[in-house]
Amino acid sequence: MIDVDLSLVNWSRAQFAFTAMYHWIFVPLTLGLSFLCAFYETIYLKTGDEQWKTITRFWMTLFGINFAIGVATGIILEFEFGTNWSNYSWMVGDIFGAPLAIEGIFAFFMEASFFAVMFFGWNRVSKRFHCFSTWMVAIGSNLSAVWILIANGWMQNPVGMVFNPEIARFEMENFAAVVFNPVAVSKFTHTSSSGFVMASAFVLTVSSWYLLKKKHVEMAKKSIIVASVFGLVASVFVGFTGDEAAYEVAQKQPMKLAAMEGLYKGERGAGLVAMGIVNSTKEPGDVQDAFLLEVRIPEVLSLLANREAGSFVPGIDDLVYGNTEEGVMGVNTMMEKGKLALVDLAAFREAKKNNLEHVAADALQRFEVNKEFMGYGYLDKPEEAVPPVNIVFNAFHLMVVMGTILPAVFAAFLFYTFKNSITEQRWLLPVGLFMGLFGLLAQQAGWVTAEVGRQPWAIQGLMPVKIATTNLSTTSVQITFAMFAVVFTILLIAEISIMLKQIAIGPEGH
Amino acid sequence: MTNTATRVYSFYRDGFKQMTVGKTLWKIIFIKLLIMFAVLKLFFFPNFLGNNFETDEQRADYVLEQLTRMPAQVN
Repeated sequence: MIDVDLSLVNWSRAQFAFTAMYHWIFVPLTLGLSFLCAFYETIYLKTGDEQWKTITRFWMTLFGINFAIGVATGIILEFEFGTNWSNYSWMVGDIFGAPLAIEGIFAFFMEASFFAVMFFGWNRVSKRFHCFSTWMVAIGSNLSAVWILIANGWMQNPVGMVFNPEIARFEMENFAAVVFNPVAVSKFTHTSSSGFVMASAFVLTVSSWYLLKKKHVEMAKKSIIVASVFGLVASVFVGFTGDEAAYEVAQKQPMKLAAMEGLYKGERGAGLVAMGIVNSTKEPGDVQDAFLLEVRIPEVLSLLANREAGSFVPGIDDLVYGNTEEGVMGVNTMMEKGKLALVDLAAFREAKKNNLEHVAADALQRFEVNKEFMGYGYLDKPEEAVPPVNIVFNAFHLMVVMGTILPAVFAAFLFYTFKNSITEQRWLLPVGLFMGLFGLLAQQAGWVTAEVGRQPWAIQGLMPVKIATTNLSTTSVQITFAMFAVVFTILLIAEISIMLKQIAIGPEGH
Repeated sequence: MTNTATRVYSFYRDGFKQMTVGKTLWKIIFIKLLIMFAVLKLFFFPNFLGNNFETDEQRADYVLEQLTRMPAQVN
């Protein structure tokens, strides 16, 4: 039995999840609103119509509020790395150092230098340069997301590195492999485009409110046209990138895919669950049904997961206990290999300490054989490799539902705005009010799918979360968790109240 | 050179002066950063390995010990 305090692990995990989810309220809105501001201002530059300038300044103010409240909330995550996840931080420092340093130097400074022009530069610099600055802020904001998502992608699919057992660090071997990691690429494209959708949905929420109140009607209609087009195009892109992301998950993290679909028994020509109620008492290996109720589309999961109809998609039972017929190695087998790797790593360390170089070399040679299974050696039982299926399945399907509703509503808004009858659609405008919430739900559900779905791993297959944590007292983590809850709630209330005040003032106040 | 510096200075000075909602936002940013760095980082989020060990060699040894401390029984 591994001597790890699970309450400490869970509190550390909860604290990190809470901080990241809070941070993720602001990020997608920043990513998308920055581009919407750039679109509005470009139209102003092209047409010279002052109303577009008013529109630009209004959304820019809301962008600024969101940016100001959200900025630096991500720094807390870095504090947590050093305090709560010190083993992990030490081991990945060489991999994460480069992308995060590039983020700091390049994207942040690019963003910050043009930020002042964007807000202070009206009537002080040329229209063209001001518009250019707005575009640079948008590009800079999105470039910031590239690097952090490269780091996240590496955790889900660790490539381009080699483990150095002498200093217990993963060392970068191939920078290009880390940057162009297919998981990181699909993660960035999917995440940023979903941020565009979220921001477009937010614009629809505010604009719908104006239309229902019969205030700032022309501004709202113009805002809607651009946001609906952007939201619709981005939604289509989200669909394609989501498909690519799911394909990568199927190839690199099959257990996550099985949890997303509640698939316990793998099959050829597997169907996609369109909707279902998960049987929460179901355990891997038992004979219970996985669902209390389900609607399945035949063959589609195989096609999406492997790009081949009729192909085999492994289920949780196949992955946990193995399926020799289909060539799936089970977690039980990987655990045996992982434990051998850990024994050899311990022997290597001991021999090194005692200056027994030949013994160390032999141990290292043996370690190299099984090192790719190292993380499995820390598991106590094979079923520990299964993430919480109920949470992952529901989060994934909530994201998909929201991802289906959003483009439909964008299309409806676009249609009626072009027909110049949007103000008469008394059924549609109340739906528009909830668009921001739908976007936020999709964002958070997507994050839960990605991050809960990869449990128990901090680094896929190499390091479980329970080994990544620092051996602190649970009480200290509980205290900081409570402090964050208070501070972040105050910040969120501040943002919402300032934003509501600005929305109430409307574009004339800018 | 001096002229450019003066223009840049006045650009920022006037910008900050003319801020409306921005003033409130800057206050929030400062308070937030103060809480984060002067309270949270200082008292609640020490760098565990940085504070408890002097050299990278000691840190590496500690992490290796953590990685290999479990019995790792081979089935």
